[in-house]
Amino acid sequence: MKFLSKCYIGLIFFLLYIPIAVLIVFSFNESGSLAEFSGFSFMWYKELFHDEEAFSALRNSLVLAVSSAAIATVLGTFGALGLHRMKRRYIKKPIMTLTNIPMMNPDIVTGVSMMLLFVAVATFLGTRELFGFGTLLIAHVTFNLPYVILSVMPRFQQLDKSLSEAAQDLGCTPSEAFFKVELPEIVPGIVSGLMMSFTLSLDDFVISHFVSSPNFQTLPLYVYNQTAHNVKFSMYALSALIVAVILVILLVVNFAGSAADRKGKKGGRV
Amino acid sequence: MKDLSLRRKEPPPATRKGQAQRNIFQKLAAVPHTVWTVMFIAAPMLFVLYFAFTDAEGNFSFANITNLGQYTNVFILSIAFALIATAVCLVIGYPLAYFMSRQSLRAQKVLMVLIMLPMWCNLLIRTYALMALLDNGGLLNSLLGKLGLEPLPIVGSYFGVILGMVYDFLPYMVLPIFTAMTKLDYRYIEASHDLGCNNLQTMTKVVMPLTLSGVVSGVTMVFVPSISTFYISQKLGAGKIDLVGDTIERLFQNVSTYNVGAAMSLVMMILILISLTIMNKFSDEEGGMVP
Amino acid sequence: MEKETLISLRGVSKAFDGETILDNISLDIHDKEFVTLLGPSGCGKTTTLRIIGGFETADSGEVFFDGKEISQVPPYRRLVNTVFQKYALFPHLNVYENVAFGLRLKKTPEEEIKQKVQEMLAMVNLKGFERRRVTTLSGGQQQRVAIARALINHPRVLLLDEPLGALDLKLRKDMQTELKKIQRATGITFIYVTHDQEEALSMSDVVVVMSGGHIQQIGSPVDIYNEPVNAFVADFIGESNIVDGFMLADRKVRFSGHTFECLDEGFAKNEPVDVVIRPEDVDIVPADKGMLNGVVSSVTFKGDYYEIIVDVQGFKWMLETSDYAAPDTTIGLFIEPEAIHVMKKSEFSGQFGDYSSFSDELEHLSDPEEEEEE
Repeated sequence: MKFLSKCYIGLIFFLLYIPIAVLIVFSFNESGSLAEFSGFSFMWYKELFHDEEAFSALRNSLVLAVSSAAIATVLGTFGALGLHRMKRRYIKKPIMTLTNIPMMNPDIVTGVSMMLLFVAVATFLGTRELFGFGTLLIAHVTFNLPYVILSVMPRFQQLDKSLSEAAQDLGCTPSEAFFKVELPEIVPGIVSGLMMSFTLSLDDFVISHFVSSPNFQTLPLYVYNQTAHNVKFSMYALSALIVAVILVILLVVNFAGSAADRKGKKGGRV
Repeated sequence: MKDLSLRRKEPPPATRKGQAQRNIFQKLAAVPHTVWTVMFIAAPMLFVLYFAFTDAEGNFSFANITNLGQYTNVFILSIAFALIATAVCLVIGYPLAYFMSRQSLRAQKVLMVLIMLPMWCNLLIRTYALMALLDNGGLLNSLLGKLGLEPLPIVGSYFGVILGMVYDFLPYMVLPIFTAMTKLDYRYIEASHDLGCNNLQTMTKVVMPLTLSGVVSGVTMVFVPSISTFYISQKLGAGKIDLVGDTIERLFQNVSTYNVGAAMSLVMMILILISLTIMNKFSDEEGGMVP
Repeated sequence: MEKETLISLRGVSKAFDGETILDNISLDIHDKEFVTLLGPSGCGKTTTLRIIGGFETADSGEVFFDGKEISQVPPYRRLVNTVFQKYALFPHLNVYENVAFGLRLKKTPEEEIKQKVQEMLAMVNLKGFERRRVTTLSGGQQQRVAIARALINHPRVLLLDEPLGALDLKLRKDMQTELKKIQRATGITFIYVTHDQEEALSMSDVVVVMSGGHIQQIGSPVDIYNEPVNAFVADFIGESNIVDGFMLADRKVRFSGHTFECLDEGFAKNEPVDVVIRPEDVDIVPADKGMLNGVVSSVTFKGDYYEIIVDVQGFKWMLETSDYAAPDTTIGLFIEPEAIHVMKKSEFSGQFGDYSSFSDELEHLSDPEEEEEE
């Protein structure tokens, strides 16, 4: 039984990884063929690195991810604080429901709805130049918000009221107590909200697809446009690079985290 | 005499007033967030409603909704594909999550990273990788050819699209179930054995009801993107298979069809809402049997 | 010993959501004393403590500290420190930093902090724990850190809110002794909140018994035990048989159909009273040789004594004695005059002190594990 279950796990993970493995291997294929590996070559990587468009898309993606994650984190953290202190359920509940809509809705509906809003505003203003960084930023902040709230809100809820009282008892003013004692308890939630927003924003294709313009492309939009019609091997190279970067990040986050844990258990001033 | 009642020398601040100011600040903290959600979540939803119920001139009309009749087949196909993909993911993913949770902690950690890696890779990349493998000129068919077998026309078939959905979304099914499994207290399983359940009975009577919450989120996380996808059907359907997502995407490329597109999005949203409500109700009743 | 009043509450009342928690409380706390606020859940003892600590403001009344009115002084400016119910240690700081917290706020030089923290940790037997995370400590250890963190600031008064509530019995006993020792060594006034009467009696110089937002009695543990002012106090502190009676004259009280000699005076002639007799103060004698006769309804072996429930004319008495009496036999009860304590009738009369529905298990079940007052 134990052996069979290991075989099952092995089989599923094999199937899950085989397309990714093939993609990585063939990104080094010198001939432009997916059928046969004829020889090792970096030519597709070279082509990718000479592609100005790819670099500008990468830059756009990073700028968008950093700024939307920052704005969403600030808005969401204060939002979570305010919602947590809010006593009136008939105000709090609708706001929470509204906040969570982008998380529940299929991305395509979120994208389409924001597009319609921007179309209406553009018509109202009589301009055609509305779409671009601004609309992407608004859309990304909007779909990041529920995730920030989701990771910060529980921190506020778990906050022990007596911690702040204990700090005041020991001589902190109420605001000192907040910064010295309560904030350190909330910060991990803020950080995870920020990280989640950043990755969601980097990863998003569907919503961006509806609110972008051809003169502001993000990396996923660039991949989409490049793969729309014919097979491009430089896209294999790009995908392989992205997989590698994600793998490294995941390994660092998971195993550096556990190393820090072990260190923490041994002690050490924090 | 030394004033012993006061610890600090600073003049006494009007603390109650300070407290009140702090409270007001904390209450106002939610205002920017609220304004944002109203402007960019509520308003867009209202625009979907508005476009769905008006014609191109902005007059009130039911025509968009009634015209959706021509897309009945698209809806049926989308729902069927999403249901099949979700069911297959559940059938494959549930035992996988269970077996994963029975491994050593170290192995669990590695498997977690392995299941999350595809989730973090962009959907476009995963789909594109799968297509590269299965395409007519891809590795699979070239290997089959070398063995003297007929090529499998997977890309462009219904099977190909469903396979794409299963491949892309399987991790979303496994992860929440796996999390629920690891939170499951092993003493429940021991108690069930103690009370006379065999392995199968323990599975159906104890493990499954207690991990139902994971199943519900897994099903949601697979069903919703499956029913609304357009990239998977574009790539693995080779543009020959039209799903709701493809149709909406196409309708929004032309200003004149925004209204129909909005109507279609609305109907899809309602369909999803109904299915999720039914599922939650069903799972609540099931869950209610476990004290 | 000269008694200097350190804290006094004058007519303090407090209500939450219209429900009165404290009703016109007045209380003086003397310097260097170990004072315990004792009472059942919801009696207002924690609220009293929080008003002294500055975490709540009284709706009416005044709080004096060393002769100064401090009702509006915020907690961080009071010379009072608190050991919180669930310790409230700062989870992001290690043991050392938790203890050093108060000194750091006062910008104490690092050398002095280091020395004082070491001293404190030594006092609470936590040497070598400086770098440990507080989340990895046991309940007893967290408790000690909380005490060290409060005491390092040299408060005039230490407030302790059910500090031993979360510990198991053995540890509780050890910590009781240790707390008393620390209090004696530091000479700091302790105000201690608990619902455990045994804890209160064994540790305190002064016990304040509270119920329903009122102070029922203030006194030394011996006074409270021997001279309870009403049926509530008599029942809450230890076991008591509380019988209806009336005073025939000074030093003569009649109850259960017999006239007894007693030591109490100053009641009106024929005034109805509550009579308290502690279970251990009743002696068993052969039937008809005692003042009262009763039938033994149950006997429980308790180790160093027997707990015997005796039916005397329908009223069940509890006896604690080293003499065995078989169930269903008739025995005589003998009570010395000094064992009889007469109390004026009060609102609590008739509610306590009858063991007709007594059961050990029930007593334990209804004993609240933890106090939640707010």
